[in-house]
Amino acid sequence: MATESSEPDTFSKLLLLHARQRGERPALREKKRGIWRTVTWRELADEAAALAAALSARGVRRGAHVAFVGDNRPRLYAAMCAAHWLGAVAVPLYQDATSGEMAAPMQSADITHIFAENQEQVDKLLLILPRCPTVRCIVYDKDRGLRHYNQPELVSYDTLLQQGRELVAANGDAVEAEAATGRSEDAAFVFFTPGTTGPAKGVVLTHGALIGRARIAAATERLTDADVAMAYLPPGWIGQTLFSYVQPMVVGYCVCCPESSDTMLADMREMGPTYFLATPRVLEALFTQVSMRMEDASRLNGRLYRTGMAASRRIAASTSAGETASLSDRLTRAMSEFLIFGPLRDVLGLSKVRVAFTAGDAIAPALVNFFRTLGVNLKQLYGSTETGFFVAMQRDGQVRPDTVGQAADGVELTFTAQREILVRSPGLFREYHRDPEATAQVTNAEGWFHTGDAGYLDDDGHLRIVDRITHIGALSDGTPYAPRLLENRLKFVSAIKDAVVFGDRRDMVCALIDIDMAAVGRWADRRSIAYTGHADLASQDEVYGLVADSIKAVNAELAQDPALAASQIHRFVILHGELSAEDSVLTRTGKLRRGVIAERFRALVDAMYAGHATARVDSADAHQGTASTELKIRDATVARAHSRSAA
Amino acid sequence: MNISTVLQSSPLQSNVLQSSQRAFPIGAPILELESISLRFGGVKALTDISFNVLEHEVRAIIGPNGAGKSSMLNVINGVYVPQEGTISLRGERLAGMTPTAAANLGISRTFQNIALFKGMSVLANIMAGRALRAHATFLEVALQLPRARREETESREAAEEIIEFLEIEHIRKTPVSRLPYGLQKRVELGRALAAEPKILLLDEPMAGMNIEEKQDMCRFILDVNDHYGTTMVLIEHDMGVVMDISDRVVVLDYGKKIGDGTPDEVRANQDVIDAYLGVAH
Repeated sequence: MATESSEPDTFSKLLLLHARQRGERPALREKKRGIWRTVTWRELADEAAALAAALSARGVRRGAHVAFVGDNRPRLYAAMCAAHWLGAVAVPLYQDATSGEMAAPMQSADITHIFAENQEQVDKLLLILPRCPTVRCIVYDKDRGLRHYNQPELVSYDTLLQQGRELVAANGDAVEAEAATGRSEDAAFVFFTPGTTGPAKGVVLTHGALIGRARIAAATERLTDADVAMAYLPPGWIGQTLFSYVQPMVVGYCVCCPESSDTMLADMREMGPTYFLATPRVLEALFTQVSMRMEDASRLNGRLYRTGMAASRRIAASTSAGETASLSDRLTRAMSEFLIFGPLRDVLGLSKVRVAFTAGDAIAPALVNFFRTLGVNLKQLYGSTETGFFVAMQRDGQVRPDTVGQAADGVELTFTAQREILVRSPGLFREYHRDPEATAQVTNAEGWFHTGDAGYLDDDGHLRIVDRITHIGALSDGTPYAPRLLENRLKFVSAIKDAVVFGDRRDMVCALIDIDMAAVGRWADRRSIAYTGHADLASQDEVYGLVADSIKAVNAELAQDPALAASQIHRFVILHGELSAEDSVLTRTGKLRRGVIAERFRALVDAMYAGHATARVDSADAHQGTASTELKIRDATVARAHSRSAA
Repeated sequence: MNISTVLQSSPLQSNVLQSSQRAFPIGAPILELESISLRFGGVKALTDISFNVLEHEVRAIIGPNGAGKSSMLNVINGVYVPQEGTISLRGERLAGMTPTAAANLGISRTFQNIALFKGMSVLANIMAGRALRAHATFLEVALQLPRARREETESREAAEEIIEFLEIEHIRKTPVSRLPYGLQKRVELGRALAAEPKILLLDEPMAGMNIEEKQDMCRFILDVNDHYGTTMVLIEHDMGVVMDISDRVVVLDYGKKIGDGTPDEVRANQDVIDAYLGVAH
């Protein structure tokens, strides 16, 4: 009789189970040199065993911290398996972090061994090595450009694997025994969260917490080992590691690694994932791409697409209202499904997707609706690194775009007076690494974790997220104000890539707009508007006109909602350069760092509120030195609030 | 017995990248040119030019427009046969060079004006560069006999390795004519590499490129040299670029050699300065 306790409770035990039960099934696939190459579960277990033996010989002990710096590759995940095999703690880092950003995690977690993908990463690591005395060994995968490096810490993955295979051949039983000694309450991962404020904190999660959460999510979505997922987001983000390491370990499904980020779309189309994770940012990019293509499409195609979308929206509206949709709408929908939506899903590589989740940040309801109208089962997932990610999720048949769904099984939710969401669940993190003070700040004695998000449960038990509690404020007349809701509506406009709104303790809401170069550039091309680059295009009056029209439409939408009518955007500026993580105004996952932005654009924001028509900003450019640019400020058309003014 | 062996603690010394060390150290002369003179009728294109190329080095030929740089490359390549002078490869004197003979000896080249098959994909272009390596007859290929199939597979594998090396996976199946100029140049480098050359002649690899494309191309030239140990001879009139990536530089002016040495030596050479900046008379 199978009992609860007989289920494998660590990743290495799960790996061995899959190697026995589905040894010849694919665990990982990677497109390399034009061909998809498969790693079966048995091969993965063998490789992990060999690496574990070699790592042990190089001093990896139970509880040691091993860092991973690189893109999604089978070798990265095999190395992760090996670290867990020895009871070590895996610390995946963002591969595009600068060497300075990497130093802090290295020091605070006492990293001893590092797996680095290539020369680029090795160079960054060598630079900070003098500051990280605990690092003893750097394993690199791709040897290109590294042949003449002779640092004693460096060893190639191939050499390590070779040494490991010899050790396993000599003493296989001891190696295998090591895999069984882990316990469920041991730490498995430390994720360094790129906080939107302050330095990164290391979130410690145990084998038991992650495996437990993943099992529940897998049961809810009925995942099987026939499912296929893509690994294309940074492994340093818990979401990617959950979908490409934790859940496959629980369910036994196959993870595909694209050849490069440039080939992601084509590779995805080849593999046809059935289980798909995306951030709102990825979905916005996909949506912009579809919109651009549809504008360039032939008249007939464009018309089919628009009528089909409209019919689907009407069907969705009447279904949620409990009515039957009209026959003509259903016919139109069926026809466009065949002629447009099906082919479009195929081009996007989404035709086989059974379950798609968006997570990591708030998403505009319209964006969710777009993908659902297209026939993709896109659902929202709410969770953070500290909460083991699966806190609330939308269930099939109960998807409402403005909520994140009901609490996942085993999760308890409660709210403070300020509506802060508190979570208690078996999936919670154990602590912040070596920071009991910070841990104590966010957890209380009864085991509740303070998420820092404000939200509430609606009548059906669906969780609605408002914003980060620290971002919620009020306009000077006392109307509550939450910037993210507004920004998400702005970002849904295909011409707008990013938006930052201001309004707390102000008499009106103003916005900084970052245009989407691809979409606006194409728009300008079609109208023969000449421009030399981002800054030039952003300053054109025609572009200001385009953005003003979009904001007018957004304002009209906001005016419909009594709670948001006061938060209409009154003035805006188009920024002359992209907001990017390189300038530390965004986190590596693309979230806004409001403090940094407010500081950087202080003069601009002040000018908007002072009513000026232009403002000068200093831009520190790495290539051109400091330059001062004059930006135009424009008023937006504000709609009258219907509900109240009509009375 | 525990699987761990004795813990070896490695000395933790500070690390400074030592880029002066090369995977393929510069060796003996691989190519020697002695007293080369080339005339077209009465026009003297090259006059009494001698220099050598060492194995695994990056050797540049620079000079103002019309200095005879391309003629020099065409002589090495066997397109032109000089009236006087000798060329030796690894000490063996070459007589009656032709482009085909040069290719068979392991000398590949790229062209100043891109000479790719415009309608074919990137992959097909690079595979075409391996034509010399294929030995199957026309009939074998037509009937897909084992040898032809095996060669096709090998050729595809080699081409894919180059595609990965040059980071052009995303355009593998794109027709060359649809690519921007900088990428076409990269594909041309890929096709030349496909022949697995010992010596690679690059005719103005960076002409007409923007700064970013130039930087990319420089990196690929150095990477090819470092990874495959290919000896590179390149023509360029952008002085800045050449000085950064070359081990030694030959300077030509009006068909004559006016300088030869390391970039620093050449930069200090008064004749070179005069040729580039003009001289007051």
